[in-house]
Amino acid sequence: MMKEELFISGRNIPNVDPYLNIWHWQIPIYLYLGGLAAGIMFFAGYFTIMRKEKDMETTVKWAPFLVPGALVVGLFALFLDLKHQLYFWRLYTTIRLESPMSWGAWTLMLVTPLSFIWVASYMKELFPKWDWKFNILNKAEALAIKYRKSMAWAMMLLAVVLGVYTGILLSAFNARPLWNTSVLGILFLTSGLSTGLAASMWMSKSKYERKVLSRLDLIMIGIELFLIIHMLMGFLAASEVQIEAAHLFLGGEFTVVFWVFVIILGLVFPATLEVLELKGFHIPVWIPALLILIGGLVFRFVMVEAGQITRFLY
Amino acid sequence: MRYAMAIDTKKCVGCGDCVVACQTENNVPHGYCRDWIVENVVGSYPNVEIELRSERCNHCDNSPCVRCCPTGASHIVEGGIVKVTHNMCIGCGACIQSCPYDARYSHPDGYVDKCTFCDHRLAKGQSPACVAVCPTNCLYFGDLEDPNSDVSKALKNRKWKVLAPEAGTKPQLYFLT
Ligand code: SF4
Ligand code: SF4
Repeated sequence: MMKEELFISGRNIPNVDPYLNIWHWQIPIYLYLGGLAAGIMFFAGYFTIMRKEKDMETTVKWAPFLVPGALVVGLFALFLDLKHQLYFWRLYTTIRLESPMSWGAWTLMLVTPLSFIWVASYMKELFPKWDWKFNILNKAEALAIKYRKSMAWAMMLLAVVLGVYTGILLSAFNARPLWNTSVLGILFLTSGLSTGLAASMWMSKSKYERKVLSRLDLIMIGIELFLIIHMLMGFLAASEVQIEAAHLFLGGEFTVVFWVFVIILGLVFPATLEVLELKGFHIPVWIPALLILIGGLVFRFVMVEAGQITRFLY
Repeated sequence: MRYAMAIDTKKCVGCGDCVVACQTENNVPHGYCRDWIVENVVGSYPNVEIELRSERCNHCDNSPCVRCCPTGASHIVEGGIVKVTHNMCIGCGACIQSCPYDARYSHPDGYVDKCTFCDHRLAKGQSPACVAVCPTNCLYFGDLEDPNSDVSKALKNRKWKVLAPEAGTKPQLYFLT
């Protein structure tokens, strides 16, 4: 039997305690949209490099239309999170290699224009009536089309950086035990790829394309489930503060949202539907797609919220 | 030079004078503070012990808050004091998340604020406001590299601990136990 021991440690600063939660809805939205954009861009780049633009038309040409919007809204959410907004530009007067926030700000600075150029390079093909009006824009378009392959490589690479970054932004904080796991970078990347696939799948009208995407998505969901278990096992085998962090999901206050909305409704159930669909049952594609998209969003919210409760004990 | 502070937990009575002195000296807005008192109760009846600690930023030697700052607003000055340049801070909150001691707060004006070891007073040869005002003289401040400083002398003959050393931040507040 363990000896019962009372441990009360407290301070009382009305605007700071009982626990500091400085990040609200803006940060999970920002991380989620970053991951979604990364997912769409990654596969648009991938299928371009594989010369599958014809078969995977939605993934390569249509879904990327969501990316500039997602990135701009995401950046705006980040902006809303800032408490000293007038000084926003300070992000772009330095590069600080040790700071994940700085990495993210600069990655988005590269990714966002690239996503706009990618979309622009398909405007005329998708909307034959489209006219750039200015000659210089026409020339720029021709250039973009010529270098599409290089852009595809750049997109894939930057998508990985962006996707991993959305996890590292949290995992770099040693002070918040729930975030402080190196699994988070790759876990958020996988989740981002899965939501990207779900978005493309939802938009696609081709049966073949949906089948390819749904197979890939099943792989992503499998990896994601593995990584989540891996993360929880890592916590349970670590120090007290991380064991307590894991317990937020294993009986603690986030147990229900985490298991019901993230694991079951966000991963296991849509995966089951996808398997049934591949087996020949008819299931409207928007159901698994929507569930995956919502599951990813809830996951970001849960991680950001729960992480801010966890802390060192002393 | 390495500024540090020693806090005698056996002498502290938890009066909160250091908190008020700091709020007055540094114009800390209502409802916030840069230093605070923690009451730590450990044990089970009848063997209960209470420890009182006057805490503030640890001016860590390995400071995560400086590393994670995207603009360089959080920085280290002479003597290892960790400071925030207000008009460089964008209020992103990263440094607040990174501090294992919750020593920073978001000032209502937008920037992040925290203890400065009263470096404006140090420049005039005075001690930090909290140290100057403590009625039990339980706070010792000075240069760790100077064996004759108050803090060095206090640490010489007493047992001490730092908070959450496992966080790896190399904190520079030493609690005499
Ligand atoms: S106590 Fe917190 S704010 Fe102060 S230097 Fe250490 S990590 Fe930074
Ligand atoms: S809130 Fe200010 S001081 Fe803190 S990390 Fe962000 S920019 Fe730097």
